[in-house]
Amino acid sequence: MIASSLWRTVKLGISSLLLHKLRSFLTTLGVLFGVASVVAMLAVGEGASEKAQQQLRELGSRNIILNSVKPKQDNVSEEETRVLAYGLKRDDFERIRRTFPAVEAVVPVLHTPQEVRRSDRLCRPKVLCTTPEYLPVTGRLIGSGRFLTPADESTRALVCVLGYEVARYLFPFENAIGEQVRIGDSYFEVVGIMIPRGPLGVTVADPSMESGGEVYIPLETGRGYFGERQITVRNMAMDVQEVQLHEIIIQAENAPNLPSDVAVPFVASAARAMLSRDHNDKDYNVTVPLELIMREKETQRIFNIVLGSIAGISLLVGGIGIMNVMLATVTERTREIGIRRALGARRRHIIVQFLVETTVLSGAGGLLGVGLGLLIPWIIERTADLETVVSPISAILAFGISVFIGMVFGLYPAWRAAHMDPVEALRHE
Amino acid sequence: MAAPGVVVAVVRAAEAVDPVTQPQDEAVASLKDVTRTYRMGGEEVHALRGFSFEFKKGEYWAIMGTSGSGKSTLLNILGCIDRPTSGSYKIRNQEVSRLNDNDLSALRGRELGFIFQSYNLIPQLNVIDNILVPVLYQERPLAEARERAIELAERVGLKGRLDHRPTQLSGGQQQRVAIARSLINDPALILADEATGNLDTTTAGEILDLFDELHGMGKTILLVTHEPEVGRRAQHILRLRDGAIHSVDEREEETEAVS
Repeated sequence: MIASSLWRTVKLGISSLLLHKLRSFLTTLGVLFGVASVVAMLAVGEGASEKAQQQLRELGSRNIILNSVKPKQDNVSEEETRVLAYGLKRDDFERIRRTFPAVEAVVPVLHTPQEVRRSDRLCRPKVLCTTPEYLPVTGRLIGSGRFLTPADESTRALVCVLGYEVARYLFPFENAIGEQVRIGDSYFEVVGIMIPRGPLGVTVADPSMESGGEVYIPLETGRGYFGERQITVRNMAMDVQEVQLHEIIIQAENAPNLPSDVAVPFVASAARAMLSRDHNDKDYNVTVPLELIMREKETQRIFNIVLGSIAGISLLVGGIGIMNVMLATVTERTREIGIRRALGARRRHIIVQFLVETTVLSGAGGLLGVGLGLLIPWIIERTADLETVVSPISAILAFGISVFIGMVFGLYPAWRAAHMDPVEALRHE
Repeated sequence: MAAPGVVVAVVRAAEAVDPVTQPQDEAVASLKDVTRTYRMGGEEVHALRGFSFEFKKGEYWAIMGTSGSGKSTLLNILGCIDRPTSGSYKIRNQEVSRLNDNDLSALRGRELGFIFQSYNLIPQLNVIDNILVPVLYQERPLAEARERAIELAERVGLKGRLDHRPTQLSGGQQQRVAIARSLINDPALILADEATGNLDTTTAGEILDLFDELHGMGKTILLVTHEPEVGRRAQHILRLRDGAIHSVDEREEETEAVS
């Protein structure tokens, strides 16, 4: 009964609005663009933050990454070949491993600049000397074969794991597992191949270029065969650097009674304190993905607030437009109001009638706005190569707000209509 | 001229003694000492000064008077869209002059049927939906009322035009819709305000024939008009002057028609 009478009122509202099609359409435009901009801007913003967060998640939200950084050189001597020693030390690694609480794993990484060849094919990937924990801590996955093992470490085995791109470059047609590749001057047996970093089908980095792709060998093997001096020849000059460890990845404990984000800042500040005490130069860098994620979230939150305010203002303007038109409509339909009152309509009937009409107007604007707001990210994604994420909540929210705006701004015109004197209203021409 | 009025008034007084035994003489609308005062600028305008009268069931009255005589004010009060400044107004023995806006609105829809000079149909609605408007506000099921609306529309001569919008109808047809609309809730009183004022003589005659028919069916009709020819079609004539009853005639006299 109530539903059917409401439906009748909605139908009446629609037919009243259709009496002035252009005016009704123009009125909805304000709400339409407000809602569309909310949905579209949120989709673009959400897409950007989603991408950033995904990149950070790949670094591991429980990880703290320490990097060696070449300190700024004051006295550049070109003719002299000298050894530049800097960066993280083996002692740093040992101290973290031995003394840090709430640490699940510590992974040392040493880069060695060696060429990797197989018969006539040559490439210069990153050769990473590391321990078996590298795999679980970074969350990377092995595609086929196996990763490095503690046994490889203790026996200084001549084994290597190839990154997907390197394997594809060196072994375009055959299975690489069990084959030999030459790293520097030694031959290594391929025991495993990683799965590609990006999704399959994405452009593969060319491993013949510098730092394209990765090759993993046991840390002890790397130290034993290539040492801790990195010698590169560039522009006929030798560049010798001595870095004991290029990277230390600390994974904080995921205590069941303790959320990981409590352990992470604790471990991070301990690491920062230790490094600033032991290193005279700032030859290291501490990256905490979790902090970056938090900062990214905070940025996103502020962005959303700003966006919300702008959208709120545009919806407000739309609402004022609706109110303006409804006030004019009420005046224009004074006689109809008088007739309805004479025929037995109570004040609330008149209020409901005009409120429904305003809500239909703003709701239609909201619906069209959501449609347009979904279309814009779709176009952006296809033309501007930007990732967008449309959350259903933002669409529903924007639509809900538009209906709410209609109700709020329809209230006063409806109230005015209901409180007209029937005698005056009937006399109105 | 005064003599027949007095006679009627006397007869009326006698009838009023025993309304129970004579239900056909039941007072549908009774006004007692009704005054209505407007404030215009700083001046008080007395539109009605102590108006007392009873309209009985099944009667067909023409209410006549020059402009400013108070007939519009009387009609507004009878129609419950205006309230008397003082005095009592009862519809079917229910005091309505003190009702609040809500109850008054409900009562209007239930007990009163309006027919206006300019038809006052709702342009967005078709014939049937226009006839059904008073039902919407009574909050009773529409299904049976719809059948009744179709029946009424056919009875007032609108067969085949039920889906038309008011703009697609002639004046006479629009007034027929208004008449059907006034009957839909089976009101105690039908109030017609210059119902033929916008119509040509032939069409006006047809509408007045329809009123005769309604009268024949036992409806109580109050027809406000300033046209003597129209007033003459009614059963009785009530003349107003300066906000009070000037005369009450059972039939208008020939001499009055000239004026």
